[in-house]
Amino acid sequence: MLSRKASKDSHGQDSSYFQGWQEYEKNPYHPIQNPMGIIQMGLAENQLSFDLLESWLRRNSNTMALKKDGVSAFKDLALFQDYHGLPAFKEALVNFMTSMRGNKIKYSSDKLVLTAGATAANEILMFCLTDPGQAFILPTPYYPGFDRDLKWRTGAEIVPMHCSSSNGFRITRCALEQAYQLGQELNLKIKGVLVTNPSNPLGTTMTKTELNHLLDFAIDKNIHIVSDEIYSGTVFDCSSTTGFTSIMEVLNERNNNNYNNIRNHIHMVYSLSKDLGLPGFRVGLIYSNNEKVIAAATKMSSFALVSSQTQFMLSNLLSDAKFIKKYMVENQRRLKRRKDMLVRGLRKAGISCLRSNAGLFCWVDMRHLLSSDSFEAEKELWKRIVCEVGLNISPGSSCHCSQPGWFRICFANISEDALHLAMHRMKVFTSSIFSVRFPIIMMRKKSF
Amino acid sequence: MRLLSRKATCNTHGQDSSYFLGWEEYEKNPYDKVKNPNGIIQMGLAENQLSFDLLESWLAKNPDVSGFKRDGKSIFRELALFQDYHGLPLFKKALVDFMAEIRGNKVTFDPNHMVLTAGATSANETLMFCVAEEGDAFLLPTPYYPGFDRDLKWRTGVEIVPIQCTSSNNFRITESALEQAYQDARKRNLRVKGVLVTNPSNPLGTTLSRNEFDLLVDFIKDKETMHLISDEIYSGTVFSSPSFVSVMEILKEMTPNDAAKIWNRVHVVYSLSKDLGLPGFRVGAIYSENDAVVAAATKMSSFGLVSSQTQYLLAAMLSDNKFTKKYISENQKRLRRRQRMLVTGLQKAGIKCLKSNAGLFCWVDMRHLLCSNTFEAEMELWKKIVYQVGLNISPGSSCHCSEPGWFRVCFANMSQDTLNVAMKRVKNFVTDSTGAECGSSSACFTKSFSNWVFRLSSRDHRAPEER
Repeated sequence: MLSRKASKDSHGQDSSYFQGWQEYEKNPYHPIQNPMGIIQMGLAENQLSFDLLESWLRRNSNTMALKKDGVSAFKDLALFQDYHGLPAFKEALVNFMTSMRGNKIKYSSDKLVLTAGATAANEILMFCLTDPGQAFILPTPYYPGFDRDLKWRTGAEIVPMHCSSSNGFRITRCALEQAYQLGQELNLKIKGVLVTNPSNPLGTTMTKTELNHLLDFAIDKNIHIVSDEIYSGTVFDCSSTTGFTSIMEVLNERNNNNYNNIRNHIHMVYSLSKDLGLPGFRVGLIYSNNEKVIAAATKMSSFALVSSQTQFMLSNLLSDAKFIKKYMVENQRRLKRRKDMLVRGLRKAGISCLRSNAGLFCWVDMRHLLSSDSFEAEKELWKRIVCEVGLNISPGSSCHCSQPGWFRICFANISEDALHLAMHRMKVFTSSIFSVRFPIIMMRKKSF
Repeated sequence: MRLLSRKATCNTHGQDSSYFLGWEEYEKNPYDKVKNPNGIIQMGLAENQLSFDLLESWLAKNPDVSGFKRDGKSIFRELALFQDYHGLPLFKKALVDFMAEIRGNKVTFDPNHMVLTAGATSANETLMFCVAEEGDAFLLPTPYYPGFDRDLKWRTGVEIVPIQCTSSNNFRITESALEQAYQDARKRNLRVKGVLVTNPSNPLGTTLSRNEFDLLVDFIKDKETMHLISDEIYSGTVFSSPSFVSVMEILKEMTPNDAAKIWNRVHVVYSLSKDLGLPGFRVGAIYSENDAVVAAATKMSSFGLVSSQTQYLLAAMLSDNKFTKKYISENQKRLRRRQRMLVTGLQKAGIKCLKSNAGLFCWVDMRHLLCSNTFEAEMELWKKIVYQVGLNISPGSSCHCSEPGWFRVCFANMSQDTLNVAMKRVKNFVTDSTGAECGSSSACFTKSFSNWVFRLSSRDHRAPEER
């Protein structure tokens, strides 16, 4: 009676990523009402800088009253459903993205399509770039939501490109080729590679080496590159070697007219959900030099337009360049501080993290806590951490990581106190594991 | 290997139809009372601009709501983070109450069976994804909203098979037309997954009769995989009798035995774009008693969620029952008045409209102005009306009407003055056309064009005196 899409679990929402969430919903931590509850560390939200936004809104109350220069813009906004988007908003976004990338890339608003969140942007790009049954390569580990966003209604496939801890999960030319081969074996036409840069769940920015590998690969195979840059504003370590580099920057550096073809095959996705912490307002976008993609995506955005009320408010916010500059600097400072707290706290518990410079989470190495080097053991450990330790964190398997024992832990969606408590609980947990294991090690030494 | 998908490069988005082309002509030369009095008047846009003052006055009285405040406290943070695809509970409650109010409280809706989407455009597409496979078909009575060709078919791969309605019985759905459509689909080897009706109808402006409902229910009752989708986005625009009957009311009135057969195959689509005139805010909804549809549609709504900022604002507005009652009744009054103006104005030009009791437009009979009973003649007439008369109206062919000569003319998206100007232009055009020969189409075109230009320029000269 219903479609296959509606009936199957092809939406991918039965993965543990969502199950942990459900456990948390049943027993959520609250400092007063439920201090023993589960602390949510599986939600990549940025809750650190709302005070800055709220203070701006207080100073600019006219914006929320939908007034421009004292005149009500309500009627115009109420009627505004043009899928080309509010021009002032697109201009503001373009300027925002340009300044975020240190003015190294010039964006233009006619190459931008607004969508209700990056979720819609990614799906629309898939509808534009793939026919059902065709595939995109994604480096693992990747955001679990992609299984739904890229595949569910589009019929597209994902071919994983496995990255490993042996080289810090970096993308190599070899791994790209292997993924391509895998696609061929599975009889899937590979249409492109989708990377998240900065990476979710790794929290790292792609190096120029990786970006060049990616470019060479895409040129060689004549395929697309989609660069999901929704965390680009969360880069908190901006030194020249570890700052954010967009793929367009690397292409521009090549300075060669032979690259016009690839220029039309690179598409970027952005959103205000992570940098500004506004997932509820549903603001995403697609950026591309490819006119046909922009034309098709613009029409498809009819199914996911951004509320004009929201476009108006945020165009005013983003146009305040002075404020935005201050916001970005302070936001990044707070993110770095939080990340350092998490890393230190875990270290005290004998746990190390992948060295990261961006994102709202750390990629945490708990391989030494596994009872065996298997995903079953990872699942066991995860259940203990959710139910016994009381922390909802995301197991690497839900992100399609090829190696068991890695977990994503978020640090920007809880209070400082909750983070301290979480670290304390972790320390208690690992101490108890080690105190159990330690006697066994002692015994072994004796028998030698 | 093609670099882009077939969907991106084909024309199935349907946006090359005349419906959109007329829009483009208007954009190039839009009417403005002062700056461009000879420009094209937009009468192809089904927008409700008549009651903004009521909304604005409510907003002025409730500034806290737009300011993200509740009981004096800021809830900005809460809203900024709220991306739950189950929707803001307060908003869903307010929306179902509003929908019940519009239906005279003859039916009630359960907020747990509602899915919020970014507009009815998104709701309709999502429903297609839920109830049909690529290559399946839905039957739609003609004439229908041109946007359906994109919304229902483009990315879903679903086909539309028309149920041909005719003027002989005021475009009502008949049993034979339904059967014929079903057979047409079978001949094309298409599996029919259901019927989609717009009630009140766009472009007809009429509400479905109980007789038509009986036919539809009988049609799907024993076909266990068939759905009935009722797009009720104009339900709040019913301004005269017969009063609006929702498909949910029909379900409620059925015997338990009959209802049991179809209750989980009937779905409603709603939106605030027409009744409240807020298309820019992107608020749509799917309502269904079928839990599986609600579950799947809820997850799919991730691809088109309503901004939490907007949900909050409208939750407050729609929860103000005193306000909504007053709004609904005043809005309907104004729509009725406007429709009368259009009908009377056209009557003076010897043009009749289909008798209507709802909507933001009239379905206008211009068959007698056609040079021949063909769609080519309809296109000619349409071009004359757009370029010479200066009115962007929608030709029936863009709505897949089976008979040439019908046009949809909107009345709620412009000022009263502008409507008067439009009516004058129509009267002049008809007066001038009567007596003109319909031999060569280009002769028709040139003669009436030069007359119109001449008349306009002399009118311009007189304009200050006429005021």
